[in-house]
Amino acid sequence: MGVVQYIGKRLAIYIAVLFLGLTITFFLPRMLPTNPVDAYIGQIQSRAAGTLTPEAITNLRASLEQLYGLKGDLLSQYLGFLNRVVLHFDFGPSFAYYPQPVSQMILSALPWTLTLLLLSTFIAWVLGNAVGVVAGSFHTRRAAAVLEFVGILLYPIPYYILALSVILLLAYVIPIFPLSPTFPVGDFSLQKVGQILYNSFLPALTLVLAGFGWNILSMKALAVATAEEPYVTFARLKGASHWTRMVRYVFRNAMLPQVTALALSLGTVFNGALLTEILFSFPGVGLVMRTAASSGDYNVLYGSIALSIIAVATAGLVIDLIYPLLDPRIRHR
Amino acid sequence: MSIDIQADPQPVINAGPERRTTRGSSLMWLLNPRMTAGLIIITIFVLGSYVLPFFCPVDPSQQATYMKNLHVSGKHILGTTALGQDTFWYLVFSIRNSLTLGILVGVGITVISTTIGLSAGYIGGNFERLVMLVVDTFITIPLLPILIILGALIRGNTTFLSVGAIIVVFGWAWGARTIRSMALTLREREFINMARFSGANTFHILVREIFPYVSAYMVVGFINTILFAINTEATLAVIGLSKVEVPTLGSIIFWALNYNALFTGNVVWLVAPIVATVLLFLGLFLTSTGFNAAFATRRGVA
Repeated sequence: MGVVQYIGKRLAIYIAVLFLGLTITFFLPRMLPTNPVDAYIGQIQSRAAGTLTPEAITNLRASLEQLYGLKGDLLSQYLGFLNRVVLHFDFGPSFAYYPQPVSQMILSALPWTLTLLLLSTFIAWVLGNAVGVVAGSFHTRRAAAVLEFVGILLYPIPYYILALSVILLLAYVIPIFPLSPTFPVGDFSLQKVGQILYNSFLPALTLVLAGFGWNILSMKALAVATAEEPYVTFARLKGASHWTRMVRYVFRNAMLPQVTALALSLGTVFNGALLTEILFSFPGVGLVMRTAASSGDYNVLYGSIALSIIAVATAGLVIDLIYPLLDPRIRHR
Repeated sequence: MSIDIQADPQPVINAGPERRTTRGSSLMWLLNPRMTAGLIIITIFVLGSYVLPFFCPVDPSQQATYMKNLHVSGKHILGTTALGQDTFWYLVFSIRNSLTLGILVGVGITVISTTIGLSAGYIGGNFERLVMLVVDTFITIPLLPILIILGALIRGNTTFLSVGAIIVVFGWAWGARTIRSMALTLREREFINMARFSGANTFHILVREIFPYVSAYMVVGFINTILFAINTEATLAVIGLSKVEVPTLGSIIFWALNYNALFTGNVVWLVAPIVATVLLFLGLFLTSTGFNAAFATRRGVA
């Protein structure tokens, strides 16, 4: 019963979060004083050197509003938006790359973001927690203090500073990696894969470093606290080796809050990935958003926000659904 | 950015009454090594960035005041930018503006998240469920995409302060969540029941009985929020979507990247703000964790 209730409750929250998130995405731009259709008409107007007649502008406005789902009152717009996004995953065409559909643009950028994000988050989580549990188990030694210092130094540093420092160090001072990375397009070949890996190393390193510090600090604190638990004392008296205690008694238990923390920090990690992509010209969703922001391509922006919300919420859901497998207390309640 | 993952709030819960007994005598027990180091860094930054501008010869955001890309010299401590500004004075103004924004946003977010978190945790019931749903939504929604779209929409006719207002609107949820979980544990305490049976109303209990317990944590939350706010504005500025005409720790990097400081050999222009940001963030972080640890030690569970 416990598991069913747990999953049911979690699914309900997931749907509510998606609904609220999409609602905010819909209403936010409409509360602002600027109107994308006006901006777009202004753009066309200036391209046509002001030769458009008022009737042409009225027609243009009507067809643009039709095209971008801005027709009718707010409620029917809203229902239409939910219908298109949830049922058809349709965000309309892109302004800048008309008539390419937004969903297609985002879906072709998504694998890049996902690979970079998942891989670096996984490495950062495993490495950080491993270092953290070692630092926590030997917290009286000097070396543990050094490890913790690394965590303190890394944790508060923002993503953009890490990215720039990595560029400065590994592309400028010691020029091992390219200063301005290039990513080949088109079909994959072995040579291209090598080039992609080479160019993706610095963005991945940035993300790993960013996640690393937090995991060390948090895991160390948890490991120190867990080592005081009676069952760890029992294991020591039983004669379990230091290694067994550290891995099977301390780490297994201290890991659980870390999994929850990972689920909660996904939004933040995602932000960092977007920013890193922009700074390294990595062809993921972040770069699509940045390009769309500077060319006023609002459909692409709305699409990528909706997708970001769906992606982060879904990833959080997946982690929370795996959680009962890790924590037997939920299974056996 | 991961700054808003709040440090463990539990240790400070019991700090309230003990603090009362020592108030007025001495606050020296607060000074553990971490906090001392952090406070020293912050003091230098605050004094430097708020006092030095009075001695500044010209407004550093004004372009073409000096020759472009001058090297480090006695006259220009950090050289000049490709826009003909003195890098050192620009940096000083950047730190001041970023700190001001951080403090303003910090006050806003602390007030909002404490109010919402305390009321949700204490009142409970359907009100709490509704509030927590909104809080969870705001935590789940990735902030940067929203900021990018807002930046694209209002760019050009925004002020520096409205950027701060946007950060407040989207940044209060983490604090509210933490404060609420503290209020939850407090709700069951004896002295709260005592107050209620003595005839105190909800508002009175929240302000007079629960708030003192939460206030120690608010200091930590406030410092973390300053970090979060400076970081968020700088992030937006670095990709050119904040008010980049105002010198901040982000906009200085935006201009350095835009004018290819690395290719033109003006490395100081890029390195100086990076070093300043790292030091400032380290100082703020050490102060907040040091403060937290001091209260935990005080309770005897460090």
